Amino acid sequence: MKNEQFNNRDVSDSYFLVDIPDYPTDGWGKFTRVVKRTFRGELFVGLWVVLREMIKFDIHTVQYPLEKMPIGPRYRAVHEMKRLWESGTERCIGCGLCEKICISNCIQMDTKIDENSRKEVSEYSINLGRCIFCGYCAEVCPELAITHGGRYENGSEQREHFVMYEDMLTPIDALKAGKQLEFEGFGAITPHEDERVKKTPLSY
Amino acid sequence: MDTAYLIETIIKVVVVLLIFSALAGIGTYFERKVLAFMQRRLGPMYVGPFGLLQVAADGVKLFTKEDIVPTNVVAKVFKIAPVITAATAFMAAAAIPFLPQFTLFGYTVHPIVADINIGILYILGIMGIGLYGPLLGGMASANKFSLLSAARTAAVFISYEVVTGLSLLAPIMMVGSLSLIDFNEYQAGGIGDWIIWSQPVAFVLFWIAAFAETGRTPFHLIANDHEIIDGFGTEYSGMRWGLFFIGEYANMFFISFVIPLIFLGGYGDGSFLGALGLLGKMAFFFFFFLWTRAAWPDVRPDQLMWLCWKVLMPLAVINIVITGLVMMF
Ligand code: SF4
Ligand code: SF4
Repeated sequence: MKNEQFNNRDVSDSYFLVDIPDYPTDGWGKFTRVVKRTFRGELFVGLWVVLREMIKFDIHTVQYPLEKMPIGPRYRAVHEMKRLWESGTERCIGCGLCEKICISNCIQMDTKIDENSRKEVSEYSINLGRCIFCGYCAEVCPELAITHGGRYENGSEQREHFVMYEDMLTPIDALKAGKQLEFEGFGAITPHEDERVKKTPLSY
Repeated sequence: MDTAYLIETIIKVVVVLLIFSALAGIGTYFERKVLAFMQRRLGPMYVGPFGLLQVAADGVKLFTKEDIVPTNVVAKVFKIAPVITAATAFMAAAAIPFLPQFTLFGYTVHPIVADINIGILYILGIMGIGLYGPLLGGMASANKFSLLSAARTAAVFISYEVVTGLSLLAPIMMVGSLSLIDFNEYQAGGIGDWIIWSQPVAFVLFWIAAFAETGRTPFHLIANDHEIIDGFGTEYSGMRWGLFFIGEYANMFFISFVIPLIFLGGYGDGSFLGALGLLGKMAFFFFFFLWTRAAWPDVRPDQLMWLCWKVLMPLAVINIVITGLVMMF
């Protein structure tokens, strides 16, 4: 199932004005209108339309838990943490921008200096009970590390439902299998960005 | 009255009760499915194969729900009202011959509970009493929307009693009897003998009135869905509400039997094929109830009254006069 068919919202060329005659004022006019409407058989048009749909059996139901509608790449559902394609290490550099920008204060993170003197994320969690899925964190992230994914089914026993860093992080085997999807939505690099980047002129 | 007759009648009553209570349940399944297909949906799918056990699930739900009698309602009347609806629906079935008579183990069975000589009058009368279910239920509910719905119901039922009675008068004049079996005998000669050919106007009028009598969609303002509540049934819950429901569906089935019996030749000559024919015609009329629900909008109460008193009733009277003139000369 594709959602392209829903994208064309321009229906202006199929609009037309319905020809509504003036309401009859005298008794005879009303009478003829009733007779005309009685014998025009418009009721049968309605009957035929629904019967036709029943015979065609063109069912539009999406049987939800078994079937799902595709969602657009810009959909903002539960966050994902990405890995670098080459090395497989985590993209997040622990800069804390996402924590800073989050307007509902739901990102909690802690960092430390690891043995290679690199900054490393030691704690990272998002409180989904507070998150409003605004996408600011994904937009602000300088490394395209935090993005929104397509997992929208996040029912839980309690409102304060957290996602931890490990849950959001692309599993290393999924990355090796090339299954990590790049984010196309809010704040992401547009495709073929390489071709549009100009060299910084160094010689003035 | 001999014992064999008594036992036979009791068995027939039980069979009719059981079959039509079950059919009322299955009727809801068909209604959901047909409506769903007409609206490009699937309808019930999860309980049992193709959702078939949805009926059982609904039954369990209705039976086990808490029976709430709200404060301020007139409890006695409130409790008796759904029983009236269901009971009158089934009482009307007593005079309907559901199948031609057949022989079972050398015993001739008449599949009619009581072939009284005023069959049609009895059915119309009992269906008229059915009005008291919604009326009393709505009035006892201590809820203004129920009360409004009860008032609408009373207006619709009483008005359309007139159309039903008058439209049936012409065929009754032709047959000269009120028994549905006599109606069937009258049309036993085949399709050419069907009363619909000589009384098309009466047929259409009765059919239209049947929608009002059962409160089905073009005239569904009895329990007006647009108020998002269930009309007179708003305060009801559990099996009391279920009785209203069973009554409505049983009424639909009985009317679907009565229309072909009166106008479309019934079970014909009484052969097996004739019996199948009656069931087929019944199925069509029942399907038509569902079909119109998917296709047609509801009318306003004033339009309904207008239709009844200014269109259908004059037509019925004219029809009777013409029938009388034709029969006289
Ligand atoms: S989507 Fe918005 S609310 Fe949710 S974590 Fe990101 S910045 Fe915070
Ligand atoms: S997810 Fe992005 S914005 Fe947040 S700390 Fe990591 S690198 Fe910085």
